[in-house]
Amino acid sequence: MAQIRIENVRKDFGAFNAVKSSTFTVEDGEFFMLLGPSGCGKTTTLRMMAGLELPTSGEIYIDGGEVGMKPASQRDIAFVFQMFALYPHMNVGKNISYPLYSQGMAKADVKKKVDEVAEILGIQDILNKPVGGLSGGDRQRVALGRAIVRSPKAFLMDEPLGALDAEFREHMSEELRALHDRMGATTVYVTHDQLEAMQMGDKIVVMNHGVVEQFGVPQEIYDWPATKFVANFIGSPSMNFLDFGGMVGVGTHSVALNGVKVEVPAMREGAKGPLSVGVRPEHIHFSDDAEYRGRVVASEYLGTTQIVTLATANGEVKARIPANVSVRTDETIGLKFDERTLTVFEGAKGTALRSVTNEKVLAHG
Amino acid sequence: MSYSVTDPSLRQKWGAGILVITYALITLLPLVWIVATGFKSPADSIAYPPKIVFQPSLEGYVNLFTTQTRASEETLKALGEPTTWYDKIVRAKNMMIAGPSRFPERFFNSVIIGFGSTFFAIVLGTAAAYAFSRFRVPLKDDLLFFILSTRMMPPIAVAIPIFLMFRHLGLSDTHAGMILLYTAVNLSLSVWLINGFIDEIPIEYEEAALIDGYTRFQAFYKVVLPQAATGIASTAIFCLIFAWNEYAFAVLLTSGNAQTAPPFIPTIIGVGGQDWPAVAAGATLFLLPVMIFTILLRKHLLRGITFGAVRK
Repeated sequence: MAQIRIENVRKDFGAFNAVKSSTFTVEDGEFFMLLGPSGCGKTTTLRMMAGLELPTSGEIYIDGGEVGMKPASQRDIAFVFQMFALYPHMNVGKNISYPLYSQGMAKADVKKKVDEVAEILGIQDILNKPVGGLSGGDRQRVALGRAIVRSPKAFLMDEPLGALDAEFREHMSEELRALHDRMGATTVYVTHDQLEAMQMGDKIVVMNHGVVEQFGVPQEIYDWPATKFVANFIGSPSMNFLDFGGMVGVGTHSVALNGVKVEVPAMREGAKGPLSVGVRPEHIHFSDDAEYRGRVVASEYLGTTQIVTLATANGEVKARIPANVSVRTDETIGLKFDERTLTVFEGAKGTALRSVTNEKVLAHG
Repeated sequence: MSYSVTDPSLRQKWGAGILVITYALITLLPLVWIVATGFKSPADSIAYPPKIVFQPSLEGYVNLFTTQTRASEETLKALGEPTTWYDKIVRAKNMMIAGPSRFPERFFNSVIIGFGSTFFAIVLGTAAAYAFSRFRVPLKDDLLFFILSTRMMPPIAVAIPIFLMFRHLGLSDTHAGMILLYTAVNLSLSVWLINGFIDEIPIEYEEAALIDGYTRFQAFYKVVLPQAATGIASTAIFCLIFAWNEYAFAVLLTSGNAQTAPPFIPTIIGVGGQDWPAVAAGATLFLLPVMIFTILLRKHLLRGITFGAVRK
């Protein structure tokens, strides 16, 4: 197993710049998520790690060695494709053993290894079946089998659960995470599903338009987003932005929203012009004595909680509150925000301003 | 009684059956006539009204494979009683066998040139199609169109330039020349057809093979080729049928050495009257290789034609 280091990697397809100079490190044994909307460059980044695309510039280190320009066959990594890409003219056993034959392994050893892997994945009974008739889950297991049989330096997975139906996905993602924990293998996993990323990942890189927006452990990214894009992309419903104009300086402790003073963590950098306060839906509470008010527009019942949409002077906000609180449409309610959890964003570029609470996270992101 | 919407009704099944049988009869009739004529005696072959029931004879086949001369009675007597069955057939009409005919040689030429050109058209076509399908070839669409455009006029339109070129290059009446010519004509068909088949194969299979530690060439022949086999087989049949049946260039460019069967068979007519059974026998034998080749690849052919029609 190995550490993967991406340094200033850039990829152009003709005039189109798919990945802008990106730098991050996947530590040995980590389950690492590459997260972003479609077309953000996450799959291109993964394919460059695999050697299926060559970077336009920059370096890729796997296990300390620079592999940027090496062909895939010499990188000793495994890749799980979204559509699995099982060889259709071979049966399950042959599919799994195929990577071993390329290394010139003896037949008896191959059989032993395949049986071993089949047992781990619980697919001993389908080894002689053709891959055509398999269910989605079994295909997924065979694809994983083909990946782990060689004990490669790292596993690269391109939305491996994307082709499965919702119910089975849940199950498979648990299986995948359990397999990772058992083997302790470095895994890089591409997904556009923020929930999947937070559930499974040790660390997440959030990408957008070919740029790494933020890089860190799921909770840090959720709590302290570095940009409005990250704040918006992660969490469902996403973070609320209360837009206002004005200025904040170093040490500022509160901002004025529609004339109401709202306390924020002490700022460590200043900005002026259009700004926004970001607040997660679960950090909004209803309180009759709060000065800041919003009018209820709609509510969605979700079982244990409900999402209430309110119109305020600074834009629409969504609050997640317990399901047993009764709200009426058109009712005006006082809103209180958890001071410690607020983030102030610069309006134009959308970057988060450093404060006492988020500066540690933003320092390494 | 079936009430399913998609199941055809009994009447539709009967209608379809009758249609297919009628069509089969119309297409098979000339073939049946040729095969039957091959086994008729020369007199039966030109009888009017045509004979459906006749005494089968191998005279046509004997005439096809031998050259004969008319001999005087003394000469025939001096030869003694005919010993073999084919001798008997020939002697019965006061002739004697002068030697073997050139038919086997012409037939063999057809085999070499037909299968040889098919082989090259497929090998080169597969290589080109793979490159067009997988690599960023500059001017790809223009090149593909140019390749297709070589088939937009009948090949015989360039017969005179080719005739002159071949004479100049010493390719006239050589096997190599004919193989080269048929390969060139078939190549556009094979590039286009195989390109379509390879386009249908997801590139992920090759990428998976690259990741699994194989080189690009290994990925090509171990992963792409087995999956394109269906399409390649059906393309091979089309190429072989063209090269096997080609007549015009064969007449023009071959005579002694590399002559194929199609221009040879009609020349049988000229020897000692119109020997239709011998012509029919030659045509029957000429049909066999393509029939056998097609039957062998029949499964592939059917799948090849419908390839890509339904997305899996």
